[in-house]
Parts: sequence; C-alpha cells; structure tokens
Amino acid sequence: MSSASHKRFNTPAGRVFDVVNVVMLLGVGLLAILPFVYVLAGSFATELEITTRPFFLWPSEVTTASYASILSSAAFVRAFVTTVLVTLVGTTIQLALTALMAYPLSKVDLPGRRTILSLVIFTMVFSAGMIPTFLIVKELGLLDSYWALILPMAINPFSLIIIKNFFEQLPHELEESAKIDGANELQVLRHVVVPLSKPVLATFALFYAVGIWNDYMSPLLYLNDQDMWTLQMILRQVTASASLTAEDLATDVPPPAQGIKFAVVIIATIPVLLAYPFLQKHFAKGMLIGSVKG
Amino acid sequence: MTTIVDAAAATTAARRTPPPSPRRNRFRSAVVRYRWLFLLMLPGIVYFALFRFWPMYGAQIAFRNYIPFLGIEGSEWVGLGHFEDFFTNPDFPRLLTNTLIIAALSLFVAFPLTIVLALLLNELRLTILRRTVQTLVYIPHFLSWTVVVSLTGLLFAAGSGPLWTLLNGVFGGDTNFLTDPTWFRPLIVLQEIWKNTGWGTIIFLAALAGVNQEQYEAAIIDGAGRWDRVWHITLPSIRPTIVIMLILQTGQILNTGFEQIYLMSNALNRSVADVFDTYVYFVGIQQGAYSYSTAVGLAKAIVGLILIFGTNWLAKRFNQQGIF
Repeated sequence: MSSASHKRFNTPAGRVFDVVNVVMLLGVGLLAILPFVYVLAGSFATELEITTRPFFLWPSEVTTASYASILSSAAFVRAFVTTVLVTLVGTTIQLALTALMAYPLSKVDLPGRRTILSLVIFTMVFSAGMIPTFLIVKELGLLDSYWALILPMAINPFSLIIIKNFFEQLPHELEESAKIDGANELQVLRHVVVPLSKPVLATFALFYAVGIWNDYMSPLLYLNDQDMWTLQMILRQVTASASLTAEDLATDVPPPAQGIKFAVVIIATIPVLLAYPFLQKHFAKGMLIGSVKG
Repeated sequence: MTTIVDAAAATTAARRTPPPSPRRNRFRSAVVRYRWLFLLMLPGIVYFALFRFWPMYGAQIAFRNYIPFLGIEGSEWVGLGHFEDFFTNPDFPRLLTNTLIIAALSLFVAFPLTIVLALLLNELRLTILRRTVQTLVYIPHFLSWTVVVSLTGLLFAAGSGPLWTLLNGVFGGDTNFLTDPTWFRPLIVLQEIWKNTGWGTIIFLAALAGVNQEQYEAAIIDGAGRWDRVWHITLPSIRPTIVIMLILQTGQILNTGFEQIYLMSNALNRSVADVFDTYVYFVGIQQGAYSYSTAVGLAKAIVGLILIFGTNWLAKRFNQQGIF
C-alpha cells in the first residue's frame, strides 16, 4: 500500500465516516434478514406467544406444533413434492434449451446470427403481454398441465445472451482440436464447452430453479385445478386467509392458526435459502462476465 | 424465425435455380457447413417462435372482436375500437395515476437508494465486512413475492404483528396498514426496497470495481477530500451504468410487477391498487374480455417500447452511451 492510499482514509472526519458507515451497513444487512428471523422464531412458537408477544427472535417455549399441523395436510405435502419435481424437471429443460441455443450463437460466423440475436433482444423490450401468451398456452393444450409452468419461460433472453457471451470468450483451440479428433458439434459442446462453463451454467441453473420455485403468476393463470396447485399457491391461500383479503374474512371457514402461516412461509423459503450459498459463490462472477454488452 | 425462413428459402431456391449467384452460394454452403449447429439451436428457435413471437401475431386480436370459436383471423376486425374504449373508460385515469405514482416512487426513491447503497458498500474497507453485508442484502431478492407479501402480512398483522404494534404505538392509533388505502403505496415501495435494493447494487459495484485507483491517489495529492473524490471520481465513473439502468427502468415504467401488486391488493384498497397489469388480468382472465385486455396490454407495451427508445435517444443526445 502506498502512503497516499493510507492517507486516503486517515483524516479524522474520514474515520468518523467509516465508523458510521460500518454501523449503518451492518444495520441494513440486519434489516434484510430480520423479518425472516422473526418468522422463523414464530414458526417454532406457541399460538399464545405469537398473538401476545409483539416481537421476539427466540420463542420462550419451542414447539413444532405448527410444522406438525401443516405437514399433516395431504394437500400441502402433495404441493411440496409437486413443486420440487416441476422445479427439477423444469430447470433441466430450461438450462438445456438455453445452452443449446447459446452455443451456436456464440459462433461469430454463423449465418443469420445477427438476425436471430436482434430478434432475441427485441423480445427483451417488447412482449405481447399476458393475454396473447395465455391464449397460446391454451391453444397448445397446456392449460392445467405442469408444462405450462416450464415451457412458456423456457429461455430467458438475458440468460441466453450472457451464456452466449461466456461461450464466445472460451479458447477456440480446444474446440478446434476436438473437432480434428472427429468430435461433432454436440460432442464438442458436451465434452469441451460445458465442462469449461460449469460455474456459469450452475449459476443460471439456480436462477431458473428459483424462478420456477417462486413463480406465482403461471400457476395462477394456467392451473385451474386446485389439486394441481404449487407451493406458492398454497402459501398464498394459507397466509391470505385471515389477514389480507376482506373477501376471505367473510367466509365461514375458520382462519388457520397464526403459527401455521409462519411455518408455511419458512417451508416455502428454506429450499431457496439452501441454494443461496451455491448461487452466491458464482453469480457475481457469472453476472459480470456477460453483463451489459452493447 | 426470419432466419429459418431465409435459410429454407435459400436452400430451396438454390436447388431450383441451376446457376446460383456467388453470394447465395456462399450462404448456402455456410448453412450446410453449420447444419449441426442449426440443429442444436432448433429447439430454442421453436421456443422463441411459439412462446415469444406467436403471441405477438396473436396480439392482433386487440384490433378484432376475438371469438375463440372463429379463431384469430376469422374474428371481426374493429380497428382501434378497443383502444378507444380503454382510453375513454372511466377507470383509465385512475389506472394511469396509480401506475405512474408507483413507478415514480420506484424511480425516485428505490433507484437512488440502490446507488447510495452501492457507494456506501464501496467505501467499506474491510473485505470480509463488505462480503458479509453483501451476502445479507442479496438474500431478499431470491424470496418470492408470495413470501414477501406473506412476511408483510405477518409483520403488519392487525393485533399481533410487530410493526403494527410498533407503528400504532408510536403514532397512537389503530390503523390496519394492510387494508388502509393510504398505506398501500408506502408498503409497495418498502417491499420493493427491501427485496431489490441490495441485489440492484451488484451492477454498480461491478462498475465501481473497474475504477482506476490511481485517479484517487492523484486526487489525494491534489488535496481532494473524501466527498470530493466520491463526487468527482466515483460518481462520474459509474455514470454510464446509471444511464443504462435508467433507460431500462424507464422502459419498465408501466410494468408495475403483476405479482406484487396483485398479491397486495384486496377489496378495501382497490382504489389505489388497480394498475394496468392487474387490470389486464381481472378484465382478461377473470371476465374473459380477451380482445379488450389485449388492447390494454398492447398499449402498455408500445408505450414502454417508445419510452425505452426515447430515453436511449435522449441519452445519446447528451453524449452518453445508450443500450442500442
């Protein structure tokens, strides 16, 4: 470190700012997770504690009653299993389609490349909207099918462009030597390009997975059959039943106990939080590689 | 799509006409040479054709009285009728106002906060501390809107929620924040800030990482204080990124985010909660007015397109780098 960069921070006012900044940012960081920690604590608390104690980060009496209650619901367990399966299958399909399209587009001399890229970019700034897409999904017979949660969003144009940009800057020599050894394009993609791109592909796999897991609009639009509902739909039904909509308040069905709402929010979030560390390891890098390129 | 057609046309044309022009010949041999690559891309092209461009073709029902039984082309052409109905609809001013207010709050409150947070993070010297804060503030971005709205519901639950207790204790009152229309917009912006501000800093931090450190050294030698350095070096160096994000954000002005607004709206706050996105859903999906709601969506998309090209043009006028 040069003396100048030392001096950069060492004025008294600078030091005061540093302290304030650290404290403030730690506060911001805390605020980002505090609501979640409260709900986590509430999910293990008794009904009485939730309704009488305004705020706590540790329940005075730990109970798993809320979880036991929610997991005893067949509809909930079915929705959970379904959502896991749709997410796994969907992510595989979406990532495969994206990589298969990104690879040819990364070849600078591919005929028609510019046209295709322009069309892809056009879909980023203009979309026909909810209704025409809904009608196409209906036309294709995908209503009340889990494919409607996967196929209409199969390729995210942003992800496509970023993966394409990543493929572009891979060393070409490896691909060339694989081809001289008689490998076809699919083999080159599988055995040369994909192994070199694992971090980027892992990042986008997780983005796709989170996208499907968190999706509320697609099941709302495309699944009429309540027995097919995904976790987010059930979550909405459980948490909105008492506190949010006045329409629901008017019904005779007794609202589920508060504790169940806490537990459902936690169960719907935990898989995403489990994926987060893996995601975080790569996304900064993955995002930077291809981001904002003319 | 055009490319497939071009490619197909080129091949068939080449087959039919015995002496092909050299240019066409080159194109044809290129297509042949790259046939495996085209094959790999085929599913992707089919996807874009089916789910991105076919809906654009289908959007013409905005100019027709679409009857599913008659099909798109068979339905009666009514020109701009649905657009006129929409613009003269008594709901229109309310929808426009609600949409624009939420967009403005997002643009003038949430967006600057993202830049401020990025600048503050950039001033953190200890890498481990910066990493920790970054890790924490990115998390909410990955939670679904359903979870965020549910969290809001639990935190503001009338009678037991921590924030309900706190705010009503401080201001004295018995407000139900979840149903009171005056609290709808503050809650929406608060949710957006909580969910996306941290994540939004990524792109600015990336730009900040690229700033040449020697500039700071030189500025210090010239006696520039910390604030001077932020104002004269740091901010100008991320200006291109700010401009690009601003252009993208402007194009999104009429997209208020369907899930968030839909999930937050209820019978008591509809006067402030109804925006174009939710209106399209209520009128189109729930009431089945396909043509009319498509017209609403199309009007919105066209305005968005004009805005994005408009701001991009403006940015270039002022010698900034645009996105196109």
